[in-house]
Amino acid sequence: MLAYVIQRVFQSAIVLLVVGLVAFSMFRFVGDPVDNMLGQERTQADIERLRTTLGLDQPFPVQYYKFLTNAAQGNFGVSYRQGRPVSDILMERAPATLELAAVSGFLAITIGIGLGVFTAIRRNGFAANAIMSISLIGVSLPTFLIGILLIYLFSVELGWLPSFGRGETVDVGGWSTGFLTSSGLQALILPSITLGLYQMTLIMRLVRSEMLEVLRQDYIRFARARGLRERAVNFRHALKNTLVPVITVTGLQLGSIIAFAIITETVFQWPGVGLLFINAIQFVDIPVMAAYLMLISVMFVGINLIVDLLYFAIDPRLRADRTAAH
Amino acid sequence: MKEAVLSIRDLTVEIPTRHGILRPVDGVSYDIAPGEVLGVVGESGAGKSMAGNAVIGLLTPPAHIAGGEIVVNGQRIDQLTGEAMRRLRGKQIGMVFQDPLTSLNPLLRIGDQLTETMLAHLDISRTEAEERAVAALAEVGIPGAAERVNSYPHEFSGGMRQRVVIALALCAEPSLIIADEPTTALDVSVQAQIIALLKRLCRDRGTAIMLITHDMGVIAEAADRVAVMYAGRLAELGPVREVLMQPHHPYTAGLMGSTPLASRGKDRLHQIPGAMPRLDSLPGGCAFHPRCPRAAARCSSAPGPLITDGDGRAACWFPLDREGVA
Repeated sequence: MLAYVIQRVFQSAIVLLVVGLVAFSMFRFVGDPVDNMLGQERTQADIERLRTTLGLDQPFPVQYYKFLTNAAQGNFGVSYRQGRPVSDILMERAPATLELAAVSGFLAITIGIGLGVFTAIRRNGFAANAIMSISLIGVSLPTFLIGILLIYLFSVELGWLPSFGRGETVDVGGWSTGFLTSSGLQALILPSITLGLYQMTLIMRLVRSEMLEVLRQDYIRFARARGLRERAVNFRHALKNTLVPVITVTGLQLGSIIAFAIITETVFQWPGVGLLFINAIQFVDIPVMAAYLMLISVMFVGINLIVDLLYFAIDPRLRADRTAAH
Repeated sequence: MKEAVLSIRDLTVEIPTRHGILRPVDGVSYDIAPGEVLGVVGESGAGKSMAGNAVIGLLTPPAHIAGGEIVVNGQRIDQLTGEAMRRLRGKQIGMVFQDPLTSLNPLLRIGDQLTETMLAHLDISRTEAEERAVAALAEVGIPGAAERVNSYPHEFSGGMRQRVVIALALCAEPSLIIADEPTTALDVSVQAQIIALLKRLCRDRGTAIMLITHDMGVIAEAADRVAVMYAGRLAELGPVREVLMQPHHPYTAGLMGSTPLASRGKDRLHQIPGAMPRLDSLPGGCAFHPRCPRAAARCSSAPGPLITDGDGRAACWFPLDREGVA
């Protein structure tokens, strides 16, 4: 198992190197940063001097190496637009996105699994069929439309919840949190539903179909034949056996919650990294874009690694270090 | 006969379909005495497993008990539902399934599966249940039981897993075990061991066995009495020696003629012409008459009348070996 972990970490490192190359290429091929940084009034000497200070006169591999070592230390250079270190800007914005993603992910997983189990157990019940029909909306409507509809209903018509922003935030050790104020919590409701709805319905439908499959298995019949309580059969025996495929999909979906928070953040003007990225694209702020790309890829690679390790925790058959004895 | 552990009277199981109602079990009656092994034989689809599932209350809808009575230890159970039936399963009626590879939950340690079964039925502490789990494994002949309680099902061979299944079926001390083809999925060399184990354990505890199989060899080896089923009806019932050696029903005679026996030498095996009819196209009268060498006109008009011979009975118009028939 240790060998497997080492192998997976090694593969992850390769993925990050490749993504780093793509991010780095943006500096090289999407316009000349020197042009952007110096104004119209410039001499050839200015240009040469800036090239030397930025290290742009060095060979490509050396520049790439420098980019990677800097990135590994969290140094992504200076934002072209704001003139501040990119890492500072990201640190400022990250709490908003991470809190939004955490709430969305939590809603998606708990409600998704709960409803999935419910609709599988009450397969032919009226409520289960109604939930399955409604879930089609979550799967098929685009995120921005759901966001706009929610704003229309709950902010414009009913006036219950704020339509944009994070509300009041409290600074806790450099982390600005919206969890501690009532306006912060209210502001979280609509965006987190918008962001998590697709994942929730996806997880629910997956859990349901896996659960229906597992409930047909002999060991479930045998568990029933031994007179175990219905709850033990459904949750201890059946749900656990559905978890391996569910974790695979859920892990990837959590990654996309963070990555695709862009749309939700735009709709709700949520001051997170997604909105930062959209603005960076508009102004061709390449250091910010590169840093965002690296950040998201680290997140995906990390989640994938955790998912692979969770398989071992759940399914004893995968733990190869214990060999079968007869 | 002492009061029966299981008493079935005119049991009928129906499956409503678009093309009418099917009766996989049709008016079957038999008793099983404490400690007795009743073999139930028949071809695939004869209704033998369906009768077993009806007794333990695990018919898969839309199949349901449509008539008759099932009495276990003096309590009528065919009307019980939900929680009342669950308390009975495992506690009074245990079940062993055909395939040990699929009847154990792959994600739970076998010790946990044993303790949860005991805790669901017996008023004992967890510590005591864990001690009993080790004892139960040792009793079914699993070497190193104290360590093996912590093993997962995939760490056992097929024969060993069936031993675990038997331990699970017996751990809440039921008075009846329904063994549905318990050896069919096993190697021939292991089959005899498993049958001997099941018989020994049940004899020690005074547990009765309903042994469902299509293997006449297993019946001859293990059963005290045998019930022969054909197309959902009981063809013949009686002490195993009498039924096997001097069958009254032509179908039983046909089954015996098609079974290789060492004592019979090198005669060619006989074959019963045709195949068992499908449930949706049962012939009128005695369902066996189209294949029966002794059939006459009235066989197609009404099911064979019940004839009794000592402890045995058969349903036939023209039974074999009429001497001594009352």
